[in-house]
Amino acid sequence: MILREIDRKFQHKGVSTTVMDGTGMGKRFGKKAAASVNGIAGYDRENKSNRQQNDIGSESYLQTVIRRFRRHHLAAFSLIVLAVIVGAAILAPVIAPYDPNDIAGPFAEGPSKEFWLGTDQIGRDVLSRLLYATRVSLLVGVMATLISTVIGVLLGLVAGYFGGLADMVIMRFTDMVMSFPYILLVLVAAAVFKPGMWNIILILGFVDWPGIARLVRGNVLNLRETNFVKGNIVAGMPLRHILFSEILPNTVAPILVYGTSVLALSILDEAALSFLGQGVQPPTSSLGNMLNGAQSLTVLTTQPWLWIPPGLLIVVVVMAINFIGDALRDALDPNSGR
Amino acid sequence: MYCGVSEGSARSEVEEDMTVEKENIPLIRVEDLKKYYPVRGGIITHTTGYVKAVDGVSFSVKRGQTLGLVGESGCGKSTIGRQLVGLEMPTEGRIYYDGTDLSLLQKNRKQMRAVRTKLQMIFQDPYSSLNPRKHIYEILAQPMLYHRIADRDTVEKEILRLLDMVGLPKTVLGRYPHEFSGGQRQRIGIARALSLNPEFIVCDEPVSALDVSIQAQILNLLKELQKELGLTLLFVGHGLGAVNYVSDRIAVMYLGKIVEYGDAKEIFNHPVHPYTRALLEAVPIPDPSEKGRERRLLQGEIGSSSCPPEGCRFHPRCPYATVQCRQEEPILQEVREAGVHMAACPVAEFHGA
Repeated sequence: MILREIDRKFQHKGVSTTVMDGTGMGKRFGKKAAASVNGIAGYDRENKSNRQQNDIGSESYLQTVIRRFRRHHLAAFSLIVLAVIVGAAILAPVIAPYDPNDIAGPFAEGPSKEFWLGTDQIGRDVLSRLLYATRVSLLVGVMATLISTVIGVLLGLVAGYFGGLADMVIMRFTDMVMSFPYILLVLVAAAVFKPGMWNIILILGFVDWPGIARLVRGNVLNLRETNFVKGNIVAGMPLRHILFSEILPNTVAPILVYGTSVLALSILDEAALSFLGQGVQPPTSSLGNMLNGAQSLTVLTTQPWLWIPPGLLIVVVVMAINFIGDALRDALDPNSGR
Repeated sequence: MYCGVSEGSARSEVEEDMTVEKENIPLIRVEDLKKYYPVRGGIITHTTGYVKAVDGVSFSVKRGQTLGLVGESGCGKSTIGRQLVGLEMPTEGRIYYDGTDLSLLQKNRKQMRAVRTKLQMIFQDPYSSLNPRKHIYEILAQPMLYHRIADRDTVEKEILRLLDMVGLPKTVLGRYPHEFSGGQRQRIGIARALSLNPEFIVCDEPVSALDVSIQAQILNLLKELQKELGLTLLFVGHGLGAVNYVSDRIAVMYLGKIVEYGDAKEIFNHPVHPYTRALLEAVPIPDPSEKGRERRLLQGEIGSSSCPPEGCRFHPRCPYATVQCRQEEPILQEVREAGVHMAACPVAEFHGA
C-alpha cells in the first residue's frame, strides 16, 4: 500500500519508476536475456568471470527485493497484518455493522453479541467507529507522508545538485524547520487554521519533510560526482533527465525506507493531535479522537472497551510499518549481494 | 554516420577538397588553458590561495590523430580532459573545436548542444560510469532519442550496430551493469560515447582500472574504432606503454604544465626532459638480460600545485638542476628536430639527450 502510494506519486511527477517494477523494458528483455545466457558465453575471454553469475543474472531487481524481504519473517507477517487492517479500513462502508455516527444502541455498554466492541457514551457502535477511524488515520498518515516526501525530494534534489547558494538557503531553512518545537508548531497551526482532517494532513505534510530533504541531498551529493551522471552531462542530456531519471531512481530505496518511518510518525502525530482535540474533529472518528474519551477517569477505569481497541490498533499499525521499513532497508540495499 | 568505409567511398571530389583543407586546421586547439581551484580557509571563509591544476597549457590535435597526455597523478591531465568535454569551465584560456571557440558558444544553447555531442568522453572507472538502475538498452537509447539521432523505430537497430562495433553480443540489451565484467562495461562505455556520432573523444585513463589482459583488448578496440570512424582522441594515461601504443603525439605534463611535447616515436626514443626520461626509465622491461640496467629513480615528492616551486617546477627533483633552473621558468621550445619535438628544459640537452 505504502509502496504503491509512493510509487504512484513518482509516476505522477513524471519520474521513471525503474526501481519499483523493473520497468516494462526489463520485462520485455528479461526473457530474452535469460534465454541467451548460454549464447553469450565464450565469445570473449572477459565473459569467464561472468558466466557463473548468469544463472542469477536474469533475476529482476524486484524479484531480488521480494526474495530478500521474505527472509524477514516479522516484516512479512507485519505486511499481512497491515494488509488486513488497510483492507478493513478501505472496506469500512461495506463491513461496518452500523453507521459510525448513528446512535444505534444503549449508552456506554460493554461488548455484546450485537455490539462486538460495545457502544460509546452516546450509544454509537465502537467497532463501526473504529473501522472508519482507521480509514481516517491511515489517510492522514499516507497523505501527509506523500506531501512531505514530494517537498523533501524536490528541495533535496535542488540543494544537492546545484550546491552553492541554493544549497545553503535550502539547508538553513531545513535546519530552521527542524529545530522548531514540532508539536507546538503543529498545535499553533492547528489553532490558527480550523482543525480538521485536511488541515491536519497539510500541517503534518509541511512539517515532516526536513529529514527527507537531508537524506536526498546527501545522496545527490554522492551521485552527482558519479561517472554516469557526468556521462549524461557530457552527452548533453537535459537537467530534468539527469535529476529525475538518473539521480532519483538511485535514491528511491532510502526514501522508501525513510518514508515508512515518516508514515508511522504521521499516524502517531495525528493520534496525539486528535487526542488533544486539535486534530480530526468529531463526529468524524479517528484513532486519536477515539482515545479522547480516555481523558476521563471513569472511562479509563470502568469502560476499557472504549480506549483499548483504538490504542492497540495504533500500536499495531505503527509497529507493523516500522518492521516493514526495517526489512525494506535490508531488501533494497544494492550493496548486499545476497 | 560513422560507417567510415561507406561514407568515405561515397565522398564527392568537392568534399574531398574540403577535407584536405580541413586537415590543416587542427580539430582541437587549446590555448593557454588554465584551471585554478580556490582554496578556502580562515576563520571567516575566504579564498586563501589557488590550486593551479592546469597552468597555461597549449596543444592541438589533428583530425584523426591521437594525443597522449601523460604525467603523475595530480598533474592536471584529467582536468584538461574534463574541460574539453565541458564538465568544467576553464579559469582562463581558450578551447577551439574545428576553429570555433567553445567559450563563445556558451551563450547559444542550441549550438552548444550540437557541438557538445561531438565531444564525448570515456571514463576511467567502468564500474561507476553506468547507471546501476538502468539496463543497457536504456543507457544507450536515451541519449540517442533525446538528440534525435534515432527514433523509436530505428533505435534498437542502431544500438545493435553499436554493440557489434564494440564487440558485444545483442543479448546484453536487457541486462543491468552489475552483470558485466570491467572490460565489458568499458565496451558499453565506449558504445555510449560513440552513440552520439562524436568526432573527438577524451579517453580518461580508460584502461587503468582494468585487468592487464583486458587492457590490450580495449586499446586495440579503440585503435580499430579510430581508424574505422576517423575519430580524434585525447588519451589521458599514466602508463607510458599504453599511451605510446595508441598515440601519434605525446604531451608529458608535470605540475600543471607541459614539459615535453612531440611525436610519440621521437619522444619515446629520444626523451629530452629529465622528467620524461625518468618516466621512461621507470617502465619495467620484461627482459632478464636488462636486469643490470642502470635506473635513475626520481627522488623526492611531486611538488604542491598550490605553491609550485619557483623557476622550473621540476628543479627540486632534477639531477641536472642549475642555479638558472631555480630562478627562471623554462619555456617550451623546439629541440632536436623542428616541428617534431619540443621540451621545456634548457640544460638537459647538454647531458647526452
